[in-house]
Amino acid sequence: MTEFLRSDVMIAFAVMTAVTVASRLGGYWLMGYVNVTPRVRRMLDALPGSIIVAAALPVAVNGGPVVVFAILAAMAVTIIRRNDFIAVITGMAVAAAARALGFGG
Amino acid sequence: MHSSHIPKAPAYWSKAAIVPGIIAIGPMLPGTLAFGMAFGALCAQKNLTLAEVEVMMATVYGGLSQFVAVQSWPDVLTPGAIATLALLTLTVNIRFFLMSATLRPWFGTLPAWQAYPSMLLVTDGGWLAAMRYRDHGGADASFYLGGGIVLYFTWLFSAIPGFLLAEQLTDPRKYGVDLVMPAFYAAMLVPAWKGPRRAIPWVVSGVVALAVHWLVPGWWFIIAGALSGAISAGLMDEPEPQHPAGVSV
Repeated sequence: MTEFLRSDVMIAFAVMTAVTVASRLGGYWLMGYVNVTPRVRRMLDALPGSIIVAAALPVAVNGGPVVVFAILAAMAVTIIRRNDFIAVITGMAVAAAARALGFGG
Repeated sequence: MHSSHIPKAPAYWSKAAIVPGIIAIGPMLPGTLAFGMAFGALCAQKNLTLAEVEVMMATVYGGLSQFVAVQSWPDVLTPGAIATLALLTLTVNIRFFLMSATLRPWFGTLPAWQAYPSMLLVTDGGWLAAMRYRDHGGADASFYLGGGIVLYFTWLFSAIPGFLLAEQLTDPRKYGVDLVMPAFYAAMLVPAWKGPRRAIPWVVSGVVALAVHWLVPGWWFIIAGALSGAISAGLMDEPEPQHPAGVSV
């Protein structure tokens, strides 16, 4: 680590930033040309839940029983308490406890 | 999260929603901090300098994509390796495209110089909190921006203690850090439940995401599942107008 900011690393970050910024701005930009019909409205409305499921489900299934159990615990807490903070803490605590007890995954 | 079809007020700015916006993303902060610390520790193991890590936190600003990229960080950054990192980043972060698309009906009446910079702060947590606020009739753009700025600076500084304490944080899974995002997602899904019919796109999304995850290497499953869910919602017929059985809170 002789260099503070290596130029090849900076180039990699710049390219990664470019594709990420394009993603963040692109959807907003594109929707400026889309007429929000009831059909488009339904598609937009379905996106939050769809993104959540698509991003989390394969990770949960891949993570094994401990991860699945921790996520179910977080959801159960949310149903009872409707508190995001307690849900996140519960998910982390259940996974940490299960792993401390020797359960894998 | 599932907005009804009543017209909603156009976006405006006021100070009144800044604090509620910050409170709404509050549950994200400990998890964001823990995730950022774990990322800082990972970067230290990969021999990135702290200055480099901070540049990445400030510019890429996508936790999952940063994790995935640094985990597969090559020893030598050839142009081909950089292209691979860019593609990896794109497959993880293309979901931001869909998220910023959903913000257009709300932010669309704002001048471009206000709306586009706001989109640079799109994250999973900030966006989900803002969508829920919008779903309840909110229109104050400060709600989204206030939470977004706090999340940005929390993320920016979170890697520093992790980088410096790397030795102690070699196994973040021990503390359940890998559950931060899934647990938050799960918590967000519960209030979004508006009956089985509205959940059909979720099932489509989940099935497609699992199949793509199984069949295609990499992170394409997020965008494939999310798009399939949205398209299935578009193909479904408009529900019969009726009194909502359970009005959500």
